[in-house]
Amino acid sequence: MIAFLTRRLSFGVLVLFTLSAFVFLLFYVAPGDPARMIAGEKATAQQLAQIRENLGLDRPILVQYASFLGDALRGDLGFSYRNQQPVVDLIVRRIPVTVSLVLGGVVVWLAIGIPIGIMSARFAGGLRDRLGQVFILIGLSFPTFVLGMLALYTLYFLPRKNGFVLFPPGGYAPLLDDPLKWAWHLTLPWLTLALVTAAIYARLTRGQLLSVLGEDYIRTARAKGLSERCVVYKHGMRATLTALVTQLGADIAVMLGGVIVIEQVYGLQGVGSMAVQAVRNQDRPIIIGVVLLGGLFIVISNILVDLLYAALDPRTR
Amino acid sequence: MSNAPSSTSSSDAPEIVQRGAFALTMRRLLRDPATLISFAFIVLLSLFAIFAPLTEIWTGHSAIEQYRETGMTPMGLPVGPNGSFLMGTDQLGRDVFVRLAYGARISLAVGVLASLAAATIGVTIGMCAGFFGGWVDTVLGRIMDLVMSVPFLLCALALVSVFGPSLSLSVSVIVFFSWTTIGRVIRAESASIAKREFIQASRSMGASNLSILIRDVLPNLAVPIIVYTTMMIPSSIVFEATLSFLGLGIVPPTPSWGGMLADAGANSIYLVAWWLVVFPGFALLFTTLAFNILGDGLRDALDPKGRKIVRRRKSRKNRTTTRKETAQ
Amino acid sequence: MPLIEARNVTIRIPTEDGGIHAANSVSFSVEEGELFGIAGESGSGKSVLMQAIAGLLPGAEIEGEVLFNGRDMLTMSEAERRALRGAQIGMIFQDPLSSLHPFYTIGSQIAEMIHAHEKVDKAEARRRVVEMLERVGIAEADKRYDAYPHEFSGGMRQRVMIAMALILRPPLIIADEPTTALDVTVQAQIVELLDEMRRSFGTTVIMITHDLGLLSSVADHVMVMYAGTRLEIGATEALFAMPAHPYTLGLLRSSPAADSNGSPLIPIAGKPPSLLARPRGCVFAPRCAQASDLCHTTPPPLRRYSDATEALCHFTASLPEDEPVTEQTTPPAASRTSARYVVEASGLSLTYRSKKGFGRAVENHVLKGVDLTVRKGETLGLVGESGCGKSTLARVLAGLAVPTDGEVKIQGEPIASLTAARWREMRRRVQMVFQDPFGSLNPRRRVGAIISDPMRIHNIGTAASRKARVQELMETVGLNPEHFNRFPSEFSGGQRQRIGIARALALEPALIILDEPVSALDVSIQAQILNLLQALQRDLGLTYLFISHDLSVVRHICDRIAVMDKGQIVESSTSEQLFRAPAHPFTRELLGATHHPPALTGVDTRHLISETPFMTQEAQA
Repeated sequence: MIAFLTRRLSFGVLVLFTLSAFVFLLFYVAPGDPARMIAGEKATAQQLAQIRENLGLDRPILVQYASFLGDALRGDLGFSYRNQQPVVDLIVRRIPVTVSLVLGGVVVWLAIGIPIGIMSARFAGGLRDRLGQVFILIGLSFPTFVLGMLALYTLYFLPRKNGFVLFPPGGYAPLLDDPLKWAWHLTLPWLTLALVTAAIYARLTRGQLLSVLGEDYIRTARAKGLSERCVVYKHGMRATLTALVTQLGADIAVMLGGVIVIEQVYGLQGVGSMAVQAVRNQDRPIIIGVVLLGGLFIVISNILVDLLYAALDPRTR
Repeated sequence: MSNAPSSTSSSDAPEIVQRGAFALTMRRLLRDPATLISFAFIVLLSLFAIFAPLTEIWTGHSAIEQYRETGMTPMGLPVGPNGSFLMGTDQLGRDVFVRLAYGARISLAVGVLASLAAATIGVTIGMCAGFFGGWVDTVLGRIMDLVMSVPFLLCALALVSVFGPSLSLSVSVIVFFSWTTIGRVIRAESASIAKREFIQASRSMGASNLSILIRDVLPNLAVPIIVYTTMMIPSSIVFEATLSFLGLGIVPPTPSWGGMLADAGANSIYLVAWWLVVFPGFALLFTTLAFNILGDGLRDALDPKGRKIVRRRKSRKNRTTTRKETAQ
Repeated sequence: MPLIEARNVTIRIPTEDGGIHAANSVSFSVEEGELFGIAGESGSGKSVLMQAIAGLLPGAEIEGEVLFNGRDMLTMSEAERRALRGAQIGMIFQDPLSSLHPFYTIGSQIAEMIHAHEKVDKAEARRRVVEMLERVGIAEADKRYDAYPHEFSGGMRQRVMIAMALILRPPLIIADEPTTALDVTVQAQIVELLDEMRRSFGTTVIMITHDLGLLSSVADHVMVMYAGTRLEIGATEALFAMPAHPYTLGLLRSSPAADSNGSPLIPIAGKPPSLLARPRGCVFAPRCAQASDLCHTTPPPLRRYSDATEALCHFTASLPEDEPVTEQTTPPAASRTSARYVVEASGLSLTYRSKKGFGRAVENHVLKGVDLTVRKGETLGLVGESGCGKSTLARVLAGLAVPTDGEVKIQGEPIASLTAARWREMRRRVQMVFQDPFGSLNPRRRVGAIISDPMRIHNIGTAASRKARVQELMETVGLNPEHFNRFPSEFSGGQRQRIGIARALALEPALIILDEPVSALDVSIQAQILNLLQALQRDLGLTYLFISHDLSVVRHICDRIAVMDKGQIVESSTSEQLFRAPAHPFTRELLGATHHPPALTGVDTRHLISETPFMTQEAQA
């Protein structure tokens, strides 16, 4: 177990290291002078040199990278080119929005996806299965931002045009101020984020459960005289769970992409929209920070998923 | 297909009429209207994209020209669908219908090209990893894990911010981050094929690894390759549209569906001009839906779940412990 | 009143290709306390029949009636049937690993059975489970209660399954191939345990198996099924002494029996029919040696005999008058005495190192100093249980695995010292035939291409000459040479094994290694392949290394036998010697665990008392 954990941890470190090297090199070889970006077009040569020296841009690349890594490990990711604030502070300020979005989204998509998958598998070939399959196909095919825009149009704009407010146009209300308002603001983003992923989970649950239900040990469970509910929900789902957990690990990177788009559509000031903004502004420290944060998030979730998997499957212990 | 000449075989009268794999597949496909409709939709869409210039000639509107007089209300708002502008105009007074046709070119080209490239890489690497096993598998598997644990949209953002948006960059980014999906599947399939006895048989006859890979492994991967490549097309299309939507894909005056939706989303103009989101949005949705249904249909037709499972009745497990499965 | 009685049970399973007629008006009854055997080859419908009766095949369409303690199981509600399952009818399945849930402890899986049918508190349930585990021979049952299935060996898992089936003391147990997935010596233990348990609890057992030898030693009554049809039913002794149905007779004559060795088996010709369509006449007629025109056109009547045996046939089975003279394959004396060795292996060892969780290397000694010689023209049998290293040894001899220590000489030439080119050349001289007729042929290549593969790989001949050779080979192994353009899926299991043999013959190898070549085949097909192998050896002067777990098959075909256990050859002598006076305890254990059907007496003591037309639903329709 310890060996397993060390292996996963060292792989996580490798991922983060590769990622940091990738972004760092990317910006080092990239055209464009960071000093000019900070100082603006009108800066003098002297000002530029001063900025370079302050940032250590005149040092060799490896030295720069080493000091960048060292700073990053101490939780210092530098300052935004645009407003000179610490990147870490900027990110931390926006994390609650993104975390609210992600956690709520996970709950919603599991709550939608898994029951639909189970229903589809239990009544495979029947009408309920067909409905489930239609949901899966449409969900899988809907681009997140199209869904978001359509949802805003039909659930916010049309009601408002007719004089009543069903949902807010977007934006964020802090959880601690007013939990209800928080949930109300996030309902549409959650549903939008969840639909696509729910379809993936419904499909996976259906496929896995169908193949599990064909296993010999399910026949044994039936031969014991257990009720069909017990056979499906206890014996069937217990074996399906490991596959779902594995998928959860693989989906985290995909979901992060979804978050960026959702924040954009609903005008949520989260980490994702900050990244898009930073790209438009060529604010490199922020981009680097967000990429590393995303990597860290994925690595941590993957380790959690691995631990969960090991806890679920006695054969890996 | 094989080195056995078939000249004489046509005159043979087999006593059992047995449908070939191809005939069976076609029979199943023909009984599946959803797949047929999807296929027809994709064919029509391709024609629409190929003959996009004809829409320019027919409507008399260019894809990038702004029709400020005819295409906009006096208030400066876009006009809805009418006789002249079939699908209305956008916020700059351009013809949505003509732009949709040109956008289809981008979506299909990116979707198909990126999927084929990603499939080629994924199949090659997955096949090597699964077939050779050992350290080859460890290294390639780790690389796949690495690519998969990268926040790809964020990395795509970083790349675009450095190199500037372009079509080729979009395609490369999509390929780089999507070959692992098919690679993982092919790796698992190849590993299970590598354990089959016919591989042992070829090896015992002295066949080289390359010959085994090409003659024995690859043909048996045909079904997952076809199915997963088809399924990769819609995700590539969405990926490209997403990049364009975030303003990181196709450079603006060129029409692309994602870009059109981004324009519609900017300043929430679509709230007053529904056609700006409905036409490109549904074009995108129906395209991905069609490819997904086609992929599902192909899978069911090529690899039906109802097929008889080979019962291993009396077979005994004679595999002496070769490699204990390492705890994953 | 019989405990369970089935009347005219007909089962149809809908599939994409049409309905499969899995059972066709099958009737039987089982008295309390007896062991009732259902015998049949794969596809005979024996497992489907019992599973459908127990309500475990939701998709099946089932007609007729099944009275359990006088109540019809087919008309009762699902809830009632569920109450019967487990509490009244225990079930044991073939593969104990896949039949136990991998994620729950074995104790909780058995306890679940108690909780499903009785109101018992946890501690009490645990106490009962531990007690039962002890009874079925699981040591330290209290500790093992919390172990997972993967922590048990195959035999132990089957004991767990038996404990689960017995925990509620049901009056009836259905055992579906309970020993098939196990090693011979473990099989014997499990059968013994089942027998002991049924005697001490007074349980009635229905045992489904393809193993006639096993049934002859334990069953009270036997029902023989073929293609979903009950062809014969009767008391065990009478049925095995002289079957009333030609199919049963054919099955017995194609099994290598205890006392016959070397004499060719009498296989049943042809292959099992498709279950999609039912013939107008007798289902067995196309393969029956006694069939007449009547059999092909008219459904056979049910014949009842004086000893309560019943058979579905127009005739009574009889041994052919002109018993073919046993062509004893006395190999040419020259090859016996000549010192020409095809294989000389000495001191072969093979050790795998694998890392386990905590980074410590685990050494796995698969071969521990094996010496082996195979003479030209002989058949050497290599016998052992799973995991004993016999397949690894075959791979080493074929040059596919490199031994850690020791030397292999093929025709006097050490293979370790070969250059790459010579190594390839050596591949021509040793060919292999594999166990699984479905797995050993590439499903995506045509049979002609598969058989000519060795010639292609070694660049022998032109396309035309290869094709001619392929057709010649197909003819040699008894396949229609016109079929070279087909895919393997269009052939049956036995035919595929013939394709594998044709491929091995293509380069006229010095040695053919047969790795369990018949263990995936049904008895009647197995006999066809064994006879083919013997004929080929006689005609072409081949040398075989025959690997098997099945002593009776090995004895039938081999001149000498080497017995392997835990990576070593524990005993090696001529077949006769080995069977007459086994020297090593392991050999004796192996021999003692093998069941053979008793020899046919051929004496017909029964007489026909009635003959009634037997109409099936399909025949009427």
